Amino acid sequence: MIVEAGQLALTFAFALAVLLAILPLYGSFVANKPMLLLAKPLAFGQFFFCLLAMLALIYAFRTNDFSVINVAQNSSSTLPWYYQITASFGSHEGSMLLWVLMLAGWTALVAQFSKALPLQLHGRILGILGLINVGFVAFSLIMSNPFERSLPFFPVEGRDLNPLLQDFGMILHPPTLYMGYVGFAVAFAFAIAALMGGRFDSVWARWVRPWALAAWLFLTLGIMLGSWWAYNELGWGGWWFWDPVENASFMPWLAGTALIHSLAVTEKRGTFKSWTVLLALAAFALSLVGAFLVRSGVLVSVHSFATDPGRGLYLLVFLLLVVGGSLLLYGIRMNAVRSQARYQLFSREMMLWGNNIFLLTACLIVFLGTLFPLFHKELGLGTISIGEPFFNQMFYYLTIPFALLLGLAPWVRWKQQQLLPLIKPFSLIAIASLMLALGVMASMQSVQANLGLLGLLLGAWVGISALAEVMLRLRQFGSVSAGISKLNASHYGMTLAHIGFAVLVVGVAMTKTYTVERDVRMQEGDSTSVAGYEFTLTDVYDLNGPNYGGQAAELDVSKDGGYVTHLHAEKRFYRIQRTIMTESAVHARLSRDLYVSLGEELPGNAWALRIQVKPFVRWIWLGGVLMSLGALLALADKRYRRKSSVAKQEVANA
Amino acid sequence: MQPRRQKRLLAVLTVVGLLTGAVAAMLYAMQQNIDLFYTPSQLVNGLGEKQTKPQPGQRLRIGGMVVTGSVKRDPDSLKVSFDLVDTGPIVTVTYEGILPDLFREGQGIVAQGVLLDATTVAATEVLAKHDEEYMPPEVAEALKGIKHVPPSRQVNQPDSGSY
Repeated sequence: MIVEAGQLALTFAFALAVLLAILPLYGSFVANKPMLLLAKPLAFGQFFFCLLAMLALIYAFRTNDFSVINVAQNSSSTLPWYYQITASFGSHEGSMLLWVLMLAGWTALVAQFSKALPLQLHGRILGILGLINVGFVAFSLIMSNPFERSLPFFPVEGRDLNPLLQDFGMILHPPTLYMGYVGFAVAFAFAIAALMGGRFDSVWARWVRPWALAAWLFLTLGIMLGSWWAYNELGWGGWWFWDPVENASFMPWLAGTALIHSLAVTEKRGTFKSWTVLLALAAFALSLVGAFLVRSGVLVSVHSFATDPGRGLYLLVFLLLVVGGSLLLYGIRMNAVRSQARYQLFSREMMLWGNNIFLLTACLIVFLGTLFPLFHKELGLGTISIGEPFFNQMFYYLTIPFALLLGLAPWVRWKQQQLLPLIKPFSLIAIASLMLALGVMASMQSVQANLGLLGLLLGAWVGISALAEVMLRLRQFGSVSAGISKLNASHYGMTLAHIGFAVLVVGVAMTKTYTVERDVRMQEGDSTSVAGYEFTLTDVYDLNGPNYGGQAAELDVSKDGGYVTHLHAEKRFYRIQRTIMTESAVHARLSRDLYVSLGEELPGNAWALRIQVKPFVRWIWLGGVLMSLGALLALADKRYRRKSSVAKQEVANA
Repeated sequence: MQPRRQKRLLAVLTVVGLLTGAVAAMLYAMQQNIDLFYTPSQLVNGLGEKQTKPQPGQRLRIGGMVVTGSVKRDPDSLKVSFDLVDTGPIVTVTYEGILPDLFREGQGIVAQGVLLDATTVAATEVLAKHDEEYMPPEVAEALKGIKHVPPSRQVNQPDSGSY
């Protein structure tokens, strides 16, 4: 019954989405106020019914209703309760429902928190979000119904959740990632609504900025969580594989990062308008490309769901409609938009323009690298793969000038900047970064010109420059202590995010350079030395978990004779799915991770073990977290909550 | 020219220049990093109409089914060798390291490595997906005769439990 109610709720959500797509949009063109006012309750209603549908699905998972195909294939009665809940979005169907719920959620948030908007724009934005959701709810209902039953025959036990997904990271990763993906729909809707009305100015940019920032925040967190999950769960100690689906999430991130920077120019200087709009369209279009790549099965990846050509075709057509429609509107309307601001070659505007160029080049590289094998194959040139070396090489070349620019840009004034006053502070920053980088290397007793040194230099350059810039701004208020409370929250946010980038660069470069990895054959009592750490295998025994068996290994780690830690690595065998999973043992410190995964059993009572010492690997995720915190701080800025004069007039008129 | 036009021209030229440079560098890097995929029979008989065979020393990917009983391990190290097959010829793969969790005899795998001689590949990486349903699509396509039925698509046997 509950399952059918869920199905019904989803159908209601579809009906409300259709109404939301039609009424306010129509009302906005014929200036019908009641229709425009309907947008808000419709948005709430849509969210409510999507939520009901999701809860019904979770209920089906919690009550082990194996007559529902989705439950039977992705859950089992032995699955722990928290994974039963997360299993509800572990499959293609369930994750699509989560996507729909997130989109409805964002729509409701826009309805609630955009009171400052003129009514017409408000209605249009919600209408466009409704239109997008019509496409997705219909997809969920027709192409991938999560509530489908297999009556009258159904299994007594489910096939269990893919063991890979039975991890803490899986509880958080999909919802945050989807919040990010779908969040760009809001910026997209703002852009389309403005294209319809033709009003682009700094006020518009100030309305969009918090939404774009919020979406970017979630996407950053989601990608970081995914990387962290892969590191813990895939058992080979990697944190980014340039896997097509990872790339699919990375592309909107790059476009979104370009968008939040370009929005800054549009808000502060009223220029870069058409560019900003294009980025807002691109960020969401790339999210859709991502959804298409993951769900159509055109690309092979760890993440891809079971393939179904029909679903792929639906999403492709939807993608083409969205991209084609928005670009058409863009082409028709954008001619009218003129940017008036003047600026010189050496100015903040040009710096941010450079940022955008680099980010979009990166996006293009990822796009080509991901899709080239697909084209190659379709053209009948044979099956190829483009691996890590390509992406690593390209990002190596891109990151160096990007980081140099990033250190410089926050110091440069809008409109025009004289070069001379900057020479002294930047010489000091350069010397300080050189000393810091060499100091770190000296403390690791490895001073040499390698990728690690480069990463440290770039990281120090960006980090020190960001900190020094904040100090400079604070001093401009008279004194540092007086300035602390006066400086905008968004300025702190920017600095924190830039420091996060510096930390990320250091983490990537140091891990790449100094990771020591060894595959060894060990018997109980054997010891092996990796990067100065002595690993001793003390015990291997059988495991007995709720839905898995397998073996566990106990290791003692010591360094220079002193005890460091005890590690516990498992090799699980999940009984229902008959799948082997590696649960690696990780001992994490800010300066290094010790990472051990248990491999296969070898003849002669021995085990294969992969032992890794990975310096600075935590910094990669720490950098991502700092970037997200930066976005959060920027969101807290007071100016986004100030009501505009337009809205006050509307309120006065109403 | 007006200064405004001049600036715009400069901006356009910079963008075009940067893009050209980026694409050129990209294509160059791609050329070095493209690995062609072969099945054992393509490796032995040649690929495509021209029957092009890879040269020893060439980087490539090979995918096929692990021949049952062919996995040989070195007793003192992690060296391992196994045979791959699709529809006829057999290619031997050597590897040193930990095989993926789902590596099993009879399972489809993909190995990335360097061709040693006509029928031997020294693998640097062995991939088998973390999913029992998985069959590398390239392998599935090459094995057109042998149909791979993922467990979820298999018709439920009466003893698998109903009611």
